[in-house]
Parts: sequence; C-alpha cells; structure tokens
Amino acid sequence: MTGTRPLTAPDRVRSPKPRVGFPGLPPWLFLVAALGALFILLPLAAVVTRVDWARFPELVTSESSIAALKLSLTTSAAATALCIVAGTPMALVLARSAFPGQQVLRALVLLPLVLPPVVGGIALLYTFGRQGLLGGTLRALGVEIAFSTTAVVLAQTFVALPFLVLSLEGALRSAGGRYEAVAATLGASPTTVLRRVTIPLVLPGLLSGAVLSFARALGEFGATLTFAGSLQGVTRTLPLEIYLQRETDPDAAVALSLVLVAVAVLVVGLAHRSSAPAVP
Amino acid sequence: MPSPATGTGAGRKRLRHRLGGSAVLACALALTGCGGGADPASDGGSGSGTGDTITVFAAASLREVFESLAEDYETRNPGSEVVLNFAGSSDLATQIEAGAPADVFASADAPTMERLAEAGLIDGEPGEFARNRLTIAVPQGNPAGVNGFADLTGVRLVACAPQVPCGAAATRIQEVTGVRLSPVSEESSVTEVLGKVISGEADAGLVYVTDALAAAGEVEAVPIPEAAEVPNSYLIGAVAPNAPEAAREFIDTVTGSAGQALLQEAGFQPPADRP
Repeated sequence: MTGTRPLTAPDRVRSPKPRVGFPGLPPWLFLVAALGALFILLPLAAVVTRVDWARFPELVTSESSIAALKLSLTTSAAATALCIVAGTPMALVLARSAFPGQQVLRALVLLPLVLPPVVGGIALLYTFGRQGLLGGTLRALGVEIAFSTTAVVLAQTFVALPFLVLSLEGALRSAGGRYEAVAATLGASPTTVLRRVTIPLVLPGLLSGAVLSFARALGEFGATLTFAGSLQGVTRTLPLEIYLQRETDPDAAVALSLVLVAVAVLVVGLAHRSSAPAVP
Repeated sequence: MPSPATGTGAGRKRLRHRLGGSAVLACALALTGCGGGADPASDGGSGSGTGDTITVFAAASLREVFESLAEDYETRNPGSEVVLNFAGSSDLATQIEAGAPADVFASADAPTMERLAEAGLIDGEPGEFARNRLTIAVPQGNPAGVNGFADLTGVRLVACAPQVPCGAAATRIQEVTGVRLSPVSEESSVTEVLGKVISGEADAGLVYVTDALAAAGEVEAVPIPEAAEVPNSYLIGAVAPNAPEAAREFIDTVTGSAGQALLQEAGFQPPADRP
C-alpha cells in the first residue's frame, strides 16, 4: 500500500540555506581561508614547476601512459556506473525510511571513506580472492577476479561508493518529502513517485555524487595495488603507472601526475557546474 | 552599526584584505625559499654534529639485520642513538637528494648508490657489504607444483616490474636461462610480490632469498641455481657532506664480522672480495 511511505518525511523542517552575499564575515577569516587555499594550491603549483615541457608530449603519449590513461578512464566509468546502480537505492533507504540499526548501518557503509585504501584492498582480497570468503564459489562458477580488470573496478567501486551515497542522501534530505507526499495522495504508486518525483528532484545531487565517485575512482591506488596487482593494459591504472615511473623516470611521473590533476580538476569543475544552477 | 560607519568599515576591510594578501605572498615566498634549498636542511640535520645520533637510510630488505645491528651499536656506545628509516632504495635516494637528514645510506643495488655518488652526495667510495639473489616463493604446499625456473611459464606468476631492482634481477635470470616469463602482475616492490604469494593469490613469486627466509613459515622457497650468476650488490656509504665519525663506525659494524655473521644468517651472500 502507498499509505505508509509519505508519513516518514513530510514534516521535516527544511534547513535554511546560506544566503548569497551574507555580509558578516570578519576580515581575518579571509586570511586564514587564503592560507588554507594556498596549502592546497601550492603543492599543485610545485608539480607544474617540475614539468619538463620539452618532453611532455612524448612522455604522456608513450605506449604505457596511453594504456594507463585508457584503463583508468574505462574502469572509473564502470565503477561510477556500479556506484549509481548500488548507491542510489542505498541512499534512498537511508534517507527515506526508518528501521532499527539505521545509524549503525550508515556509519558502516561510509567506512571506506576513512579506511586506508590498503586495508580496503586486503578486505577485498579476503572476500573475492582465491582463498577468500567467496573464492571457492567464484572458482566453481569459473570466475577468477584477482589480477583482472574486474578487480580494479571492484576496488574503485568499494572506495567510491560512499561518495555517491553521501551526496545523494544529503540531496534527498534537503529536498524534503513534501512533493512525494502530494504525489502519493494523488494516487501515484511508490515506484511512480520514485521515478517521476524523487529522482528528478535530486538529479543534481545524483550527478555531483556520480562525478565525485568518478574522481575518487580515478585516484584509487592502494586498494588496486593490493587487490588487483599491476600489469600494463590490464590492471595498471594511471596512479599505479605514476608510482612505477617514479622509480626510473621521475619526469614521466611528474608529467602523468599533471595529466591526472588536469582530469581531476575537469571532473570536479563539472561537478560544481552540475550542482550550482540549483541556486539561481 | 549605524550607516555612517559603513564607509570607513568597508575601507578598512579593503586595506586589511590587501595586507592579508601580501602576508600570504610573503609566506609563499618563505615556503618556496625553504623548500628549494637542500643545504640548510642537511647541516641543521639530526644533531649529527654531536655524534650522539646517526640516521641510517637502508633498503627495506635489510630491516631485520639492521635493527639488531643498531641495537648492538647502541649498547656498545652508551648515550648514542641510531635512527633507522627503511624503504625502497630508489625512494630513499630520492629523499636524500631532496635534502633528507641521512648520515648513512645502504642500497639494495649498485645503480641507486651510483646515482647518489655521481651527485656528490656520498662521502668517499661506497663499499659492497652483501649480495642477494632471487628465489621462487610458492604458497605453503606448493599447490601449482613449481620445481624450477622453467615451470614459471605455466603458472600465475607475480614478479617485480623491470624498472625496479628485483625486476631487473628477474630480467637478468631470463637472459641467462632463455626462459621468457609472462607474470600476471608486475609489482613495484618485492614486498607486494611476497604479499601476493602469502595470500595464495599467486602460484609463485620471484623474491629475494632473504625475503623467502624471513617468511619461512608462510611460503616455501624453490631455488634458482642460475640466480647465483646474476646477484644484486648491496652497497653502503656515508652521506656527504657532514657525515659524523659515528657514521663511519656504524658502517664498520655492518662490514665487520658481527654484521657479516648476521647478514649471512638472514640469507645474504658475502660481498665479492670475501670468501
């Protein structure tokens, strides 16, 4: 029945949004903020100063670099798709329903955010590896995950999923449930409400969550190294290629770092754009 | 605040803002100045002038031997302290080039030490103090039945990437034996290779004899006779320009009989100039 759903959320108080042009910031705050920004921007600038521009085109178009970039983009896209498929229902359940242990579940789901990625890799190994929890079952099905591109996607999804759940849950909460309640009283089924009201309402949040997940997947290193290994064209993503190049050709590592930074800036910029138009 | 104050308030704000900006710029200049110069960092050092503390940067494979040698050194020289930093040889060399306060550097291969020596960062001639060679590590019970180097072609093998010393050693063995390997993963450190054998993900891994010995309860070793023809040289040297006398003493401990006994116990071979 549709009667039970809308009761959970409609009376939630909307949190006031900060006004654009709020006049009361103390001047010293700008100084501290500038120092904070500098702390992030200066190291990036330092990378740029170390780039060997004469060799740059040759370094970033080498066979191994192209293979790593291609692999990174495709695996990150696949991981983002998995995050949307699995994360959207998770965010909806966390934001729009109530059950015992919900707080604990939320904390656990967000765990990969604070977990060192290496630990994530070890955990995945003990789950999907040959000797892992599901290893025997997977082998019976003829599936070998370790050292495959699938392992890379799994590692990326594991670390990126909380970003999607977190941003979407936030969007769902700040959107409130009143439109859904109205739709339900007009006779729409829960699936129709979800499809026609909820999802369109939080689409900017879903989009920025997806972009953040993509960015996180792109930067994934520790879990991939531990769980998937490192082989050109199969599991050696851009961060792993940078790590390896650093051993012999620091110039190549710096050039590739710049490529990764550029892609990340592009992606984060897109996320900002996709969420910004919500406030006119 | 009443309205007359807003004009001056805004003016003051703008002034402060500008001051803030220049302070930030000054900070940035100070920071780059500090990061750019390697020299002030090394003579500020870790109290290297006093001779009480020496900082030793050593290849990761030397951890156990050097930890007991450092303890031994501290007992023999009361009041002294040996600070140890273990990582991949290349990483350590990069840190030293960037001005890290090291007094002694021990590398797991010759090229890395030569790189620092050419940059004038090693005091005198670095000396070989041990040799190491590769072996095949397999999970307990050797499930894939690996009995020699030639068997590695048909199993899930993990090795080091050719860019790092352990991978270069693997390439040399392939040249000697004529066996071409195709690993499922090429790791950037031997620790990663060993980890994948211990966890049972790989059927076999190429690691140093000393690694296999240290993990004896968790992996089994299958020897590669040809590896003896192409060993890795371990070199040690005092870091220029301000290596304290204690750095020399520590190096003597490593190359002396006590150090050699410990190294050989851990599976290292003696250097070329010794039997």
